[in-house]
Amino acid sequence: MKILVPVKRVIDYNVKVRVKADQTGVELANVKMAMNPFDEIAVEQALRIKEAGQADEVVLVSVGPTQSQETIRTGLAMGADRGIHIEAAHETEPLAVAKLLKAVIEREEPGLVLCGKQAIDDDSNQTGQMLSALLGWSQATFASGVELDGDKAKIIREVDGGLEHITVSMPTVVSVDLRLNEPRYASLPNIMKAKKKPIDSLSVEELGVDVTSRLQVLKVEEPEARAAGIKVGSVNELVEKLKNEAKVI
Amino acid sequence: MGILVICDHDGAALGAGTLNAVTAATQIGGDIDVLVAGHNIADIAKEAAAIDGVARVLTADSAELANGLAENVAPVIAGMADSYSHIMAPATTSGKNILPRVAAMKDVAQISDIISVEDAGTFKRPIYAGNAIATVKSDEALKIITVRTTSFEAAGTSGSAAIEAVDAAGDAGLSSFEKSELSSSERPELTSAGIVVSGGRGMQDGSNFAMLEKVADKLGAAVGASRAAVDAGFVPNDYQVGQTGKVVAPDLYIAVGISGAIQHLAGMKDSKVIVAINKDDEAPIFQVADYGLVADLFDAVPELETELN
Repeated sequence: MKILVPVKRVIDYNVKVRVKADQTGVELANVKMAMNPFDEIAVEQALRIKEAGQADEVVLVSVGPTQSQETIRTGLAMGADRGIHIEAAHETEPLAVAKLLKAVIEREEPGLVLCGKQAIDDDSNQTGQMLSALLGWSQATFASGVELDGDKAKIIREVDGGLEHITVSMPTVVSVDLRLNEPRYASLPNIMKAKKKPIDSLSVEELGVDVTSRLQVLKVEEPEARAAGIKVGSVNELVEKLKNEAKVI
Repeated sequence: MGILVICDHDGAALGAGTLNAVTAATQIGGDIDVLVAGHNIADIAKEAAAIDGVARVLTADSAELANGLAENVAPVIAGMADSYSHIMAPATTSGKNILPRVAAMKDVAQISDIISVEDAGTFKRPIYAGNAIATVKSDEALKIITVRTTSFEAAGTSGSAAIEAVDAAGDAGLSSFEKSELSSSERPELTSAGIVVSGGRGMQDGSNFAMLEKVADKLGAAVGASRAAVDAGFVPNDYQVGQTGKVVAPDLYIAVGISGAIQHLAGMKDSKVIVAINKDDEAPIFQVADYGLVADLFDAVPELETELN
């Protein structure tokens, strides 16, 4: 079985993002970029499944500018086998990404898609569910446990009140949550090896997908700042303020 | 054309987020229908019928819909979509699971996690973990939207909408529900509590959360945690407040031993009053706190409990 893992190039999660002065977006120039952290967890899970002998190939797909190949390379250094880069200069919305992934899946015919539950840039949390719908497959979102069992997968999902156990039929789209695993670091020999692994390039036109944006971003602005508060000297003073000033207890 | 709000529920009772989603729908304007999809949902439908501003409650009742599996629920919603200009759901794990599937079936974009309604097609939503706010506009005939519940007041519940049954689709045959492991607690639910007491890595150990629970019980508060505390195994994952956990906005949020990482702040900075107790006076949490106490939590928390007597 082949596992397909979509990976996205985003601003590194340690970077404090800054809104551009003209309010057209956030500053991306000279900012450290990295693989979306949830996607790293998806790559790690795919590798573990392969290492357990339940899959024979892990293929990474990234939609984005040319530099997205670096993100694919990161996943190849973790241990994935090959990459597919779909060149897209402007930002692609989740529905368009799902359609591009569907076109790739029709060519590659994987038995499992593992993706991050959301990208930490647009925070949409849509692509996996949309892809599953377009394929007519089952979906298992926010997974913190994945166990393959023949033509089924047993999934533990993180839901609002706790955990939920479901069984889905394969092929399936699984979107992964934070606690599924701890992604490995790439070793130096594997980083060297990754340089020789193949990355195919495909264009949006080749895949025949209309990626026109459906939404217009009118502006991007800073969130309202909270006014600075005060320091209190003791627990007694704190309780007094909460009772008499803030009146919340 | 009206608005369809998808009712959030656990099979037994109406999810509180539904009330906030109806308020967001009210701000858009137009007739509001609420869809309750599930099995044996008459009581939930009655609760939904009482929400102010709701014209009709539609019930899709069948065994396949019992556990809210997206593959079975999404076709029911998609089948009704052509009668509506907007389909909205609270951005709970259920809404986030189901609505993108509906959007893809209808070939429209989804606008996730809106925090304000500017007009019928324009909405604000947080991006980059709330570090930026985007204003987005949709010209599509159908707008599919999830609503950040903490950004909208809860609708009142003195209404009396009509309840009508609609056709429920069958089993997609793709997935099945096995069981849930829900955390049981006497305390209020994190996302709807008026007061939240949260602990971070500074708690040092899961057993120390008993101190916070005592304070929480004095205040009738829910107990939360930072991602660091959850990752360290102090408390289960459903305690997590933050961008990747639960977003809360109580009247009072007490952060104990929490440094204030961006991810955590994104989940609680809309709280009305924030208190931070931390021994590091440089901790970023103090930048958002209305009242900061620089103290060792192991002294301050028991003292707080005593003071509350």
